[in-house]
Amino acid sequence: MKKLIIALAATAALLGGITGGAQAQDKTKICFIYVGSKTDGGWTQAHDIGRQALQEHFGDKIETPFLENVPEGPDAERAIERMARSGCAMVFTTSFGFMDATVKVAQKFPDVKFEHATGFKAAENLATYNSRFYEGRYIQGQIAAKMSKKGVAGYIASFPIPEVVMGINAFLLGAQSVNPDFELKVVWANTWFDPGKEADAAKALIDQGVDILTQHTDTTAPMQVAAERGILAFGQASDMIAAGPNTQLTAIVDTWGAYYIKRVQALLDGNWKSEQIWDGLKDGILTMAPYTNMPDDVKAMAEETEAKIKSGELHPFTGPVNKQDGTQWLAEGEKADDGALLGMNFYVEGVDDKLPQ
Amino acid sequence: MLEAILLTVITAATPLVIAALGELVTERSGVLNLGVEGMMIMGAVVAFVATQTTGSPYIGVVAGITAGAAFSLLFGFLTLTLVANQVATGLALTILGLGLSGQIGESYVGQPGIKLQPINIPILGDIPFLGPLLFRQDLIFYLSIALVIGIHWFLFRSRTGLKMRAIGDNHSSAHALGINVIRTRYLAVMFGGACSGLAGAQLSLVYTPQWVENMAAGRGWIALALVVFASWRPLRVLAGGYLFGAVTIGQLHAQAFGIGIPSQFLSALPYVATIVVLIIISHNRRTTLINTPASLGKPFVPER
Repeated sequence: MKKLIIALAATAALLGGITGGAQAQDKTKICFIYVGSKTDGGWTQAHDIGRQALQEHFGDKIETPFLENVPEGPDAERAIERMARSGCAMVFTTSFGFMDATVKVAQKFPDVKFEHATGFKAAENLATYNSRFYEGRYIQGQIAAKMSKKGVAGYIASFPIPEVVMGINAFLLGAQSVNPDFELKVVWANTWFDPGKEADAAKALIDQGVDILTQHTDTTAPMQVAAERGILAFGQASDMIAAGPNTQLTAIVDTWGAYYIKRVQALLDGNWKSEQIWDGLKDGILTMAPYTNMPDDVKAMAEETEAKIKSGELHPFTGPVNKQDGTQWLAEGEKADDGALLGMNFYVEGVDDKLPQ
Repeated sequence: MLEAILLTVITAATPLVIAALGELVTERSGVLNLGVEGMMIMGAVVAFVATQTTGSPYIGVVAGITAGAAFSLLFGFLTLTLVANQVATGLALTILGLGLSGQIGESYVGQPGIKLQPINIPILGDIPFLGPLLFRQDLIFYLSIALVIGIHWFLFRSRTGLKMRAIGDNHSSAHALGINVIRTRYLAVMFGGACSGLAGAQLSLVYTPQWVENMAAGRGWIALALVVFASWRPLRVLAGGYLFGAVTIGQLHAQAFGIGIPSQFLSALPYVATIVVLIIISHNRRTTLINTPASLGKPFVPER
């Protein structure tokens, strides 16, 4: 048995050595660290599609090795360091929890460029990037208000962090812009990824009378439940139309590829610099899946809103907006600044839930 | 409304009950297999792939059971024949299962699955309230109930069950009496694997008919806890599984209803409930000791 294990280990090492050694020297190495599997059907898959787009765009000029299933925490630091040591010119770390590990490794390797997704700690050689998901959620809210017969939607949330709270508020503000009495029921699954639990949350919301579902969790399970129960729903992170051909209205699709291409181009041109980038619909980092299962006038409204957000004419968080307790947050015409959005820890008026603090 | 909630509870509790029952039998024979999560996920992926390939979820169920049993055989070989440490091997089995299932299912992620349809039992299915809950369910639910009754009978009413419990309590004495310890344990381990595989099949064919990596999401570990929670008694596994399911689903409904209790607290409730019951059970040390298999986790090497 022991011999067998040693033989297996030796073979694995040998194979690793071969693939490692075959890498050509003149290619620029652009590396990726994933928190999940590249076929998770959601968050990580969206990043991997971005990586593939990047590879395709630059062809032979670059290579794009990646590490999957890297746990957040101490292991992440080792994984990132291993990448940096292996000659990567640039490393994208694609989960919020890699923040501190990325900062540490970036200090050790000043010549390597690092980019961390959704974080807020930057350095000379460490940029951050994020997507304005809330723009898409505002459009979804408007569609929900038009399509819901009962005037109440269900929202499956993951964790009460600003990112998620921002999404809930944007959705409701969008809905209220069409129907001021629109209501939103929120269920916190307290997980990003558990198909069973997400499905249970969807069932609970539907049993409580919502006829539109939206989610900020990663699997297609809620979409499947919505399809089974014959209500409408929105997809998240990836186009989920396959799980509900007659159910999905649209989905927020993360399209990181455009961003990755832009940044690698800057690196190759020699003008990359550390920035804190928060792109939205207009930059193509975020796209809406085709508007389906809705009448033409609703589709036209959604497209118009999308165009207005892209042109900058419409900001989803524009006053007057009250907080949940009725006090004023934004005055007439006032727009929320990015700092206020990134630290959002309260609901706007009309959410039928108490925000976990 | 109540009916809808209970239906959700049943779906959530069934995989826990089935996997815990299998592990209960394994542990009653004196073997601690911590690989439930791994066997479950293997059952889920193989059941899904078989269903997608053949178009029949029933073939999927059989494939899931077979996969779980086959995978547990690896554990059996390492711990029973090679006498490896059971805890370490069980953990390794889980890690291996998670990785291997991801590999097998890679090209199946995101494919809409085929759901195992309910079987309507005539007449009984028409009883108001109880009918839709208990008699218009899928095959796996019926199997779970049959397993509870069957295992209870086997353990406490049959001769073979008595022998198996004897092995679990003192393998040396059982061996001296001429009972084949290793063979019985192999069968018990495989039965546990088959049940985990069936529970996995329920996940990918009934609960959420789809395949995504790591979709068991810790249910194998909850099943393991349930066995202790139930102090190795099948009927208590049933009660514990449903209690756990009810609290889990209940808290989601409480949230949707807008009851205003912090969701983190509600999410922790099922686990808090488990701890409370464990404390109550362990309060009476004698009954706990009577039910705990005394040879649990200890390696057995027959003297020659």
